[in-house]
Amino acid sequence: MSVLKFEEGNFEEEVLKSGGKVLVDFYADWCGPCKMMSPIIEDIAKEVEGNVKVGKVNVDNNQELAIEYDVMSIPTIIVFENGKPIKTFIGVTDKNEILSVLK
Amino acid sequence: MYDVIIIGAGPAGVTAGLYTKRANLKVLIIYKEPSGLEKADRIENYYGFENGISGEELYKTGIQQAKNLNIEIKREEVTNIQIEEDKVYKVITENETYHTKTVIFATGNKRNTPKIKGIKEFEGRGVSYCAVCDGFFYKNKDIAVLGNGNYAIAETNELIHIANHITILTDGEKAPEIRADNVSIDTRKIREVRGSNKIEEIDFEDNSKMKTDGIFVALGVAGSSEFAKKLGIITNKDKIVVNENMETNVPGVYACGDCTGGLLQISKSVYEGTKAGLQAIKYLKKDNEKV
Repeated sequence: MSVLKFEEGNFEEEVLKSGGKVLVDFYADWCGPCKMMSPIIEDIAKEVEGNVKVGKVNVDNNQELAIEYDVMSIPTIIVFENGKPIKTFIGVTDKNEILSVLK
Repeated sequence: MYDVIIIGAGPAGVTAGLYTKRANLKVLIIYKEPSGLEKADRIENYYGFENGISGEELYKTGIQQAKNLNIEIKREEVTNIQIEEDKVYKVITENETYHTKTVIFATGNKRNTPKIKGIKEFEGRGVSYCAVCDGFFYKNKDIAVLGNGNYAIAETNELIHIANHITILTDGEKAPEIRADNVSIDTRKIREVRGSNKIEEIDFEDNSKMKTDGIFVALGVAGSSEFAKKLGIITNKDKIVVNENMETNVPGVYACGDCTGGLLQISKSVYEGTKAGLQAIKYLKKDNEKV
């Protein structure tokens, strides 16, 4: 399973109603640091495959979601568990730091 | 187009310069503020100086050594660094824009965290350290930029076309020169910044208040942690995270010396400057082979 695409239309189904942990990467195409986060997110998705759902939200197209979760800086990575945010990482973050929350 | 731009002219930066220049690369060292070394009174634990040497003298000798090798050195303030297509970096100073294939940070130990109550607490919740990363979230809003130097002006300019109104807060320092319809300057001393979930208000020492939707911190001269945020470099407690070859997670970008943390010693800076220089040489060689 690779990195999924979360949007306003599927967020409830894919993230909020999903059992267990879900990692959501808020990004935009114009954001330089987000491009550096991208390969890290892909690596994480491979490592947690089958256990944790990993996806991205484009904040340009999903501004309501960004507002809902107080995303005011990108990249922001939020880990959800049983539909609730349990941990937020702001800025490009080390892979192991994120993995420690997913395990 | 430069092969290598080194930011900082202390022991780490100059050493990286010596190695890359001797490999016939086109090298530019840019620095603004004095190195931590220049402020060191007397160095008595570094190899080869039987009577010790003053920090200032060693620092100046290092820069002279780089000049003697015909390394281009400019005393300018870097206010922004951007990644362009094809792994080219754009380094912007208050007077020039330079392009380079690699960047080596040797910016030292300096930190620009303001001591204003509330700033730390609202990081990521209205307090931002990077206009280009976060400006989008403040479209048509009333925001503030904290600072009064060239870096504060550069960050303000990034936000002028996004925000409704920008107040430059100098926190008691002198007002910078900037003219734009939607920018004003406030030189009052700040007591604290407050809010509930997000930042909402700035309280001044004269007991007056100002509403705000966000504060962009741009104090003093931008250092490694500010540039790291703009480029997407992983940091740990404001130190740039590097591997044993002084590589950051961003291809072609290296860091060495005090800005990577650990021992604040010349010997460590010289070693890391050497490593960063050699790694940049390797990277550029590989890049040329691909062409």
